[in-house]
Amino acid sequence: MTIRDALNAALREELIRDENVFIIGEEVAEYDGAYKVTRGLWKEFGDKRVVDSPITELGFAGLGVGAAMAGLRPVVEFMTWNFSILAADQIINHAAKMYYMSGGQFNIPIVFRGPNGSAYQVSSQHSQALEAFYANFPGLKVVMPSTAADAKGLLKSAIRDDNPVIFLEQETMYGMKGEVPDDEDFTIPLGVADIKREGADCTIVARSFTVPQALKAAEQIQAEFGVSVEVVDPRTIKPLDIETIVNSVKKTNRLVIAEESHAFASVGAEISHQVMEHAFDYLDAPVKRISTAEAPMPYARNLEVAALPSVEKIVAAVREVCYL
Amino acid sequence: MANKILMPKLSPTMEEGQISRWLKAEGDEIEANETIAEVDTDKATMEMTSLEGGTLLKILVPAGDNAKLGQTIGIIGKAGEDFSALLDEAAPAANGKPAAPATAKPAEPAAKPAEPAAPAAADQSEIRNPKSEIARLLVSPIAARMAAENGLDLSKIAGSGPQGRIIKRDIEAALAAAPEETPAAGAAAAPSFAEVSDVRGASAFREENTSKMRQVIAGRLAESIGPVPTFYLTVEIEMDRALEFRKQINAMLKEEEKVSVNDIIVKTAAMASLKHPWVNASYRGEKIRFYEDADVGVAVAIEDGLITPVIRAANRKGIAEIAREVRALAARAREKKLQPEEYTGATFSISNLGMFGIKEFTAIINPPEAAIFAIGGATATPVVRDGEIVVRQMMSVTMSCDHRVIDGATGAKFLQTFKQMLENPILMLM
Repeated sequence: MTIRDALNAALREELIRDENVFIIGEEVAEYDGAYKVTRGLWKEFGDKRVVDSPITELGFAGLGVGAAMAGLRPVVEFMTWNFSILAADQIINHAAKMYYMSGGQFNIPIVFRGPNGSAYQVSSQHSQALEAFYANFPGLKVVMPSTAADAKGLLKSAIRDDNPVIFLEQETMYGMKGEVPDDEDFTIPLGVADIKREGADCTIVARSFTVPQALKAAEQIQAEFGVSVEVVDPRTIKPLDIETIVNSVKKTNRLVIAEESHAFASVGAEISHQVMEHAFDYLDAPVKRISTAEAPMPYARNLEVAALPSVEKIVAAVREVCYL
Repeated sequence: MANKILMPKLSPTMEEGQISRWLKAEGDEIEANETIAEVDTDKATMEMTSLEGGTLLKILVPAGDNAKLGQTIGIIGKAGEDFSALLDEAAPAANGKPAAPATAKPAEPAAKPAEPAAPAAADQSEIRNPKSEIARLLVSPIAARMAAENGLDLSKIAGSGPQGRIIKRDIEAALAAAPEETPAAGAAAAPSFAEVSDVRGASAFREENTSKMRQVIAGRLAESIGPVPTFYLTVEIEMDRALEFRKQINAMLKEEEKVSVNDIIVKTAAMASLKHPWVNASYRGEKIRFYEDADVGVAVAIEDGLITPVIRAANRKGIAEIAREVRALAARAREKKLQPEEYTGATFSISNLGMFGIKEFTAIINPPEAAIFAIGGATATPVVRDGEIVVRQMMSVTMSCDHRVIDGATGAKFLQTFKQMLENPILMLM
């Protein structure tokens, strides 16, 4: 099953399970979603459950927050997370803070979801990875799946969670296939990391876009140098399962963090800090980060490739921390 | 940039130190590693050196006053520099609260003049290219920890990381190489003493797993009598030949080099312990540590207490050499000038009260050592030899044994060897 179909299955199962769940966003209904994640859902569930919105991100995000206050469980799709910047006031100032500022009177059980990060030559304004931005604010959970099973299990948990959840998908990964349990009660708890590959000599912490790259890099390093690399996927950025990461670093003594966002004040910077705090005495080399170049994303394909993380860059980073 | 001078840890057990005297005055130029003050610790008077060069800008703790570990005792920097920010930082420490230990963080001057970006860039390039600038050892955190846990001396390990940084694999290589480097002394079957002590210069040792039986013996006995279950064995030794032996040695030595009876006892105990490894050992819970050499502690009475300087590897030293060392260490002990490695890490000890006319006594074990020998004075005593009453110089030795390591028979056999050697010093050559 592809990640796209796994997300679709999660949405469908939750629409069936709970009549308070509804989907709203641009082109999510009649057009089946810009990336076909909501394919067939409007036909099956109708106008009340799958709602096409105008091109008004702040408007329909606010509508979702209001509906959540009234007891519904909205799933708000942004055509890309780049457009969520228009709705940031509703997400950050309202959804994230309502429970606190109302003295606990209003839960906001809402999921904001859509593709995050780069795609294929969509240039500067449409290629941004925004996880660090949202993870910085108390009151928001931030989730980033990298496999079909994780996508399904985490989206179902996100919809069932009583707090606002930022659910970040990756456009270039929608077609990636993986095994997915059929069980409609299959969920993956938020805040639990997954070791995607076991290893002994170096840890790579990767998320979303960089997970498949990290796994390839690990294979190359194993084949070329006989060095065994562990790949940890936190899956949820906030709350962060730092324990799994720290335990891995205590075992391997070396850490590379691969991320699609820019480096400055990134999630990787946060992980690096927490590892320093909890595993300082276990490090054999400075923590190395691979991030997207410090520049707006270029349109040209060759420059886009040069700006993004890659298997080669991750291999080089692992060699550096392993002194290979 | 001015820096704080912090009270350093000058002995293993030190918690605070008293400035005995400053060797530098405010305004004096100091070179790195130059002695700037003398500090009285709980054990001895130690010299304190400066970690960096500069001008001694301020003395915060005058001679005669105490300072806790890590407390700011002075300020070093460039002459004429503003160090008021450091004084503010140091102020709480004066109220008995120690400053953060050994941070030695270069404090920013209170009013930093607005500077263009260039100096910052210069700073960074300095960090990137430290080879010529930094004389300090570069070592990764895990490598530092592994070295500490295994008692490795980092200064003897070549780093293979960038700028010579010592990394995990260098420690692993050193650990793998360690057993081979130890020369296989004596018989081929002799166990190797591959471990190195934390105390500089102390005997190497090997550890064997403590047998379950011995753990039970240890636990039961400790429960009964205290943390070090001690028992005592006393033996009478005929000293006539040892005294004759001493006379012969001294006949060949200058007055200031003469050896004492105690020096001969130190040598004899060291030689005897080689034949009885359980005596030259210490109990460490799940391990018993066996020492390669006999590092003999010699109790020395000083004005306000007692200290036990250590004769390292007394088994390998001549009696005259032992005598010379004991004399020098005892003198420095009385002046309270002993360094920690000179009075810690003995493998067993000797306490001699013969010169005070004591005939027999028991001494208390200094853990983790497993034994101490209480030596009484040799006195002319009528004894029976071949059915005749004759007069001999008899000396009483009482051995206090840590029963967790030394059983009655073990101690008795040791004393047998010890007695034979003292009664026939020539046996020491065998």
